[in-house]
Order: sequence, then structure tokens, then C-alpha cells
Amino acid sequence: MPTHTFTLNGKQVSVDCPDDVRLLWVLRDLLGVHGPKYGCGLNVCKSCTSHLNGKAFNPCSVPVSKIAPTDEVTTIEGLPATVGKDLHPMQEAWLERDVAQCGYCQPGQIMAAVAKVKQAKADGRQITDDDLDEIRNICRCGTYSRIREAIKAGAKKM
Amino acid sequence: MPAHRRSPLRVDPGPHDVGRRRFLGYLIAAPTLAVAAGVGWESIDAESASAAIPSLPLPEEIFDLGDLQDLAAAPTSHLISVQVNSDGTASFAVPRAEVGQGMTTAVAMMIAEEMDLPLNKVVVSLADARPELVFNQLTGGSNSMRSIYLPVRTAAAIARQQLMSTAAAQWRVPASELSTKDGLITHKSGRQASYGSLARAAAVPQSTRTSAELKPQSKFTVLGTPQNRIDAYDIVTGRKTFAMDLDVPNAKPTMVRRPPTINGTVKSVNNTDSVKNMPGVTDVAVLTNGVAVRGETFGQCIDAIRALDVTWGPGTVDGESDETVLKKLKAAELPLVVPNLLSASIDAQFTFAFASNSPLEPDCAVADVRSDRAEIWSSLKVPIDAQQEIATMLGLPQNALKVHVTQGGGSFGRHLFHDVASEAAEASKKMGKPVKLMWSRTDDFRQGRVHPMCISRVRATYAAGNVLSYEQRHTSVQTDFSHGLGEMITATAAKLPVGGNLSFAETIFELTQSSPYNFGVTTQLLNEIPLKFNTGSMRNIYSPNVVCAQELVVDQLAAKMGKDPVEFRREFLKDARLKAVLEKAVEVGNWGKSLPNGVAQGIGVHSEYRGAIASLVEIDCRPETVNRKIRDAVTGPRVTKALIVVDPGFAINPRGLEAQMIGGMNDAIAIALTSSLHMKNGIPLEGSWDNYFYTREWNTPLEMKVVVMPTTTGQPSGAGELAVAPSLAAVACAYARATGTMPTYFPINHGTLGFEPYPLEPSTPQSPTDGLGNAN
Repeated sequence: MPTHTFTLNGKQVSVDCPDDVRLLWVLRDLLGVHGPKYGCGLNVCKSCTSHLNGKAFNPCSVPVSKIAPTDEVTTIEGLPATVGKDLHPMQEAWLERDVAQCGYCQPGQIMAAVAKVKQAKADGRQITDDDLDEIRNICRCGTYSRIREAIKAGAKKM
Repeated sequence: MPAHRRSPLRVDPGPHDVGRRRFLGYLIAAPTLAVAAGVGWESIDAESASAAIPSLPLPEEIFDLGDLQDLAAAPTSHLISVQVNSDGTASFAVPRAEVGQGMTTAVAMMIAEEMDLPLNKVVVSLADARPELVFNQLTGGSNSMRSIYLPVRTAAAIARQQLMSTAAAQWRVPASELSTKDGLITHKSGRQASYGSLARAAAVPQSTRTSAELKPQSKFTVLGTPQNRIDAYDIVTGRKTFAMDLDVPNAKPTMVRRPPTINGTVKSVNNTDSVKNMPGVTDVAVLTNGVAVRGETFGQCIDAIRALDVTWGPGTVDGESDETVLKKLKAAELPLVVPNLLSASIDAQFTFAFASNSPLEPDCAVADVRSDRAEIWSSLKVPIDAQQEIATMLGLPQNALKVHVTQGGGSFGRHLFHDVASEAAEASKKMGKPVKLMWSRTDDFRQGRVHPMCISRVRATYAAGNVLSYEQRHTSVQTDFSHGLGEMITATAAKLPVGGNLSFAETIFELTQSSPYNFGVTTQLLNEIPLKFNTGSMRNIYSPNVVCAQELVVDQLAAKMGKDPVEFRREFLKDARLKAVLEKAVEVGNWGKSLPNGVAQGIGVHSEYRGAIASLVEIDCRPETVNRKIRDAVTGPRVTKALIVVDPGFAINPRGLEAQMIGGMNDAIAIALTSSLHMKNGIPLEGSWDNYFYTREWNTPLEMKVVVMPTTTGQPSGAGELAVAPSLAAVACAYARATGTMPTYFPINHGTLGFEPYPLEPSTPQSPTDGLGNAN
């Protein structure tokens, strides 16, 4: 059984499992990290959205063998530490607007939002409605308008 | 009904002045202070209610003798109780499901209010199945707030009163010289004690009946104020625990290979041994409707169920497709009776496609079945029903099965049924091991519960400025109500025009549908066809379809009679609360403003669950909007602005109420414009969220506003489902006005299949491997 090593939320982890097991199941079933959620396993719903080296990606669609020892995987659990605080500004914005309903999609929404804002900042511009329209994460409770407000507010504090 | 279950509690007070009345509850014998009150069932005269619905299963039928004996030994066990703990918190296990609707937050607010305790010191959990609660453990019909508002507050008020009495006795002062605030009792001399320090002393050695006054609304500091969800922090940090996140020892991932038609059965499995030898696989078992594989990871389960070679038996609706079902519906439509004589008429028929109530969290349950007992964890809105049925299936006494209700990642009606809990129990029993059984997304869409396809036919006649008659014939594939009765039915039973052989579905229909207009002779009737799809009550059940059809016809009537849609509604609406929300929507939404060609406003009104609501939307149907391109997305017309004005009687938590309105609007936009199941040869074609087009960011309104009206009745109405029907109607009416064509088939894009369906076999598609390619 191959051993896979990478950095997860700031700590190095090693796990023994076949190469083709998708990273989502390595995180959830083998490492007990439950923030990334399964909503389709098809890279559609985006509820498992996490960061790979600071960029948004969906671990449901990445075999663990494709993660290199130098790669840094960040899930919602590790997001606050990326800014050295108890909560990331985007999480605070989420709390201020009471965005969540059932909450199932929200870890993925927050991780997608942070990446989206970073991308816009890297392009040297503010987040726009067109940017928000590109976010594919499903919220079946339909709290989209609060998500949009929170992303705009969180972006200002990032 | 046993005497000990008769009403100890006065409920159903008149409006406004509940604060001046005393409500009964119990001090319960416990190590620290515990206070209980009855809920729902006790609030009515049970004997007369039972007589009014002949088919109502009597409570006795649900219990075995042992349960009754347990109850006799604990005459207050059927109550719900608030516990005061030594650490200064108050805890309460609410017999309802939390699926995102904010029920736990509202309940915490009730306790905080009546106890004068900070909200963050109230801990609300979800109660296990409690068969002694009979019909009072059903979450549905937007009924939770209405049914537990007074009992929970009563228990909390008695707790506060008992803490004060205890302090008064210890300090030898009159209780009238004490006040409470933020979990502290203060004497006028300045002496203070925390609730926590008094929790043990306030406990009673023997359960005692007592009473307390509730706060009048004018003194509220928590109820009626906007509050954030009590689980918001856990949610944004990824700590909120759903069934799938539970860590039950040895409950390993389990998934099911399913048949290519709805409810198909297993004839034979042709390669069990080779699949058992696949990496990570521990067990393979044949279930009623599929073949289960248990393994180390869900990923390995997906590999294994895909590798299974299964010969399938027929399902329950093989050969049925949209067209065949629609034909049967049309044939079953009840006749319209008002003839077209001297009046003019409008005659319209609307079709609503099958829709999915899949939440984002797929169906999931943990089960640990042993030879003499079993335990189950799942999001269940009717856990008592699950407990009875699953215990029977396992051959266990009901009290040998523990059913834990977990937090649900959405429901929309899905968790009224315990399909996945039953299946997990079956798998655990057959494998002899604990399982964490999850449906794949594709399973959820193809084999999960659906809102039935239906048609709504409306004929209205008018003459001389009046509407003379309004007839609506709603014809639907049958809706499965086998989860049984909730207190929303029993509580109103005595007042129902029910008798004879009206079916339960007709009862629900009659209870929920009523025309809000003065339209002369008005009849609304339901007929159902008994096709065995896996149906269920999707959010707002019949109302979205019925009200959408009604409001489209209202706009047609207005046009025929030369009136503006709002002017017409002003003239014909019966109810003052509905008129008030209409006027507010007209004002805030700037009804009638000038808009470019292809853009229009639409309005819909609705009254249900004792609430009144108006939705006003603006839709953009211009080609540049309709044809905008987004990868693998359905774009089409966009609702750019949405407004909801709601009169909830009394808004317990305006922020939570607003969230429910926003969600209802997005559901409505989906039903109107984009989301449906295409039924083909006995199974839906949809298999992912890029097939079933629920509202996405690119469809959602750019402006969303909710106005909560000032308190009217003083009693909280239902809210969770309230917004769907009027919002669907508003979107449909706006679309009709923007395009000049009244839509008659919903969603409007149903005729175009906007995706390549996943194969029917294997039943779960393989996960992609190219996820690194689109990291951004």
C-alpha cells in the first residue's frame, strides 16, 4: 500500500492508501477532517472546496497520488491559521451577516469565496457581481444573496 | 386516551394578551432544576378531535404494553423539559428536526427570553425518537414554531420562577424583592446569585404541578429581535456535525448499487466474490432495492458498486415517462361544472414537471444493529415513525431501537421519510456490522423522493366587472403521506370539514388551499393517480403549483377586465392582512415603474400557516440576458430584483424569518425557470447538480429585499415554506408580462434537455480525476 505525504492545515501528514482514492475520502474517511463535504463527488456542487497551495480546488476529483509531498492542502479547519487569527475575515463576514442556513455547503462556500477574492486582488481589482455569478457552489437552502453580501464585505477586510 | 396524557396545559390563547394568563407545567424530580410542559397534543380536547377523524390511529395502537407501563410509571414523561445546569446553562432537547430552518435558534430565544438568560447560555439539542410524544414529534407543515411557542416559554418561565423562589427562601426575603437579568438573581439589597449556583437547590424531590405567567410581548428583549443562528460559529469553522460526520466505532462507509429503474429489485449478483476482494472492501450484501458494499472509504465503495454485476428485477413505474404520466393526469382530471352562459371565461391548464426535493447533504444514516438491540443516527423529521417501522423490519421491540436525530443538511421535505435509515439498518443487520450508509448524488436524484408531476386546470367566468366563478381542478401523481399525521392535523381536527372517505391527501389539500379572492362560486378540488413513484411533500406541498396557476389566471382576468394586476387584486382580495402586504410591496417595490421592453414586474400573494405574504419580482427576458453563456449552466431569463413582504403574525426571529423568505424565493425561481426531473422509462435522467438546475449564483436576483411587517396577530405563523408559492406565482406572472405569453408548462425550460445524462448503469458515476486542472 503506497504512503502519501503532504501538508494538511500546516502539519505534515502521511497516509497509507491506494493511489486512486480521491483526496476527499482520504481527508474525511482516513484523516477524520470533516469540513469538506460530499455533495456530488463529480466536481459540480463544490461543497468540498478547499485550497491547494492557496488556490481553490475540489478534492473529490483529485486522486491522492496527484498530491505531492510539497503540496499544502488547506481545509476550512485550517483557514484561520493562514491569517494567524482565530477566524479568517471571510468567516467573520459570514457571522456578521448570518449567512448560513443548514450550513452544509458553507465550508466550501467560504473557501471558494476566499480564493475568488484573492484572484480578483491578484488581478488588481475589486470583486464584482460578474465574479460572484461565476461561483458554482450550490446552496440548496438558497441563501445566495447573503453569500454575495458577505463576500463583498469580507473582501474589504482581506 | 389515558388520563395522564390529557391536557395539563392551556394553549390556543386569544391574540395579544397571553402574558396575563397563567400557564401550567411541572417541576420534575431531577438532580438539578428541571421544568416540563406539554406540547401540541395536550393543547386540544383530544377525545373530540379523535372522533372527528375516523381514520386517526389512536395513540394506543402505537404503543405496546411495555411502553404503556413505562408511561404509567412516569406520568410526566410525555412532556418536554427544560433543564437548568450547575454551570449556569439551560438545556433543552427539542422534539423537532433542525434542517437549516433555524428552529433551534428560535427555541433558544424563547428560553432565553422567559428565563432572562443570555442566548449563548441556552443549549438546544435534538431529541431522540420519543414514542410517548405520539404525534408531537413531526417536523413539517411549517408548524414547529406554532406548536411549541407556548409550551417552551411556559417551561422556561416556571424555571425562572422556581429559581427566584429558591433564592427568596435561602435569603429569607419576599420573591417580590428579587429581579432577574442575564442569568443572575438580584435582591434589592444588592445580593446576587447565579442560576447555576441555585440549580441544585431549586430541584424538587417529587414532580409537582405548578404554573407561571409568561412575559407580555411589550416586555420582550430577545423574542422579536434579529438574532444570529446559534450554530453559526460551528458552521463557519466546519465543526457542525451531520450524520456523515459522525464517528460511530466501526461504522464504515457503505454505498449501494441501484437498479436502472425506480424501486427495481435484485434478481441476482453475479460476481460477489471478486468484488469482495477489491481494495478496501469489507462486505457485500443484497438489500431490498440494491446491493450494498461496505469499505474503508466511500471512494472504494464507489469503485466496488460500479464493479458489481447485477441482474435486476422490475421497478414500480417501469415504462413511465413524462408523456405517459401527463396523459394519465389529463384523463383523471375532475370535471369543471360551471357552464359558459352569458359570461365570458378564461380556461387554462398548467403542467408542473416532477421536481426533486434533494437537499445538498445526500441521504445518510449510521446504523448499528445487534441481535437484541439497534441504534440509528439520521436526520429524521418523523423519528417515531422511523423507529416503529425499522424495529418491525428488524424484528426488535420498538424500545430496543434507539433513534437519534442528527442535524440535517437541508430537507425540503426529504427527511419526512426514513428511506436511508431503513436501508442502513437492513445493511447493518445483513452484514452484522455497523455501517455509515450514504446515497450518492445520482442516487438522490434518481431513486430519491420527488415532488409529483401535476396539472392544474382553472376556469373562471366573469361579467359586468365581477368574477362569477372560479374553479380549479388539481390533478397529481399521488403524494406519499405515509409518514403519518402530525399535530398540525390533529390540532385543527375538530374544525375540519372532513368526513366520509376523503383521503388523507385530499384532507391536506383542503387544509392548505383556499382562494383569497371574492370570486363568486369557488371550488378547488384534488384528484390523484396512484402511480408508485417515490414522492413526498416538497417544501410548500401543493401550494406553489396551485397558487401559481391561480395568480396567472388572476392576471389574465385583470387584463380581460381592463385592470392593472395590482388594482385588480386590491379590488378582489378578501383579507385585510393580504391587502396590507400587497400595498407594502407595491410601495417598496415601486410597482408600475417604467421598464424596458422584455423586462417586467410580476406580483403574487398568498396566505397560509396563518401568515400573509406578497412577492414582487422583476424579470429580465431580453435576448442578451437570456442567451448569456456560462459553462455547463442554464442561464435564460433572470429575476434581477426580488421583494418579499411578509406578515408572520409575530416574527420570533426576524433575521431567521428573512433567511427563510430568501430561500423560498430561490426555490420558486428554480421551479419556475430551470429545475425539473425528466422522467424517462421509469427513472429520472438527472444525475447531478449540473443536470438538476437548482438556482445558482448566476440565476439568483442581484437585489433581494425582505420586509417583515409589524406584529399583527401576535402569534407566530409558519414561515419555512410560506414564500415558495407567492414567489413562484410572481416569477410566472412577471415572465408572462415580459414576454407577452402566459407560460403553461413549468419550469419553462423543461422542453429542452440541457445536458448529457449519466448512464443508468452503473448507478453511480465515477468521480473525475482532473480536479487539479481547474484549481483557481
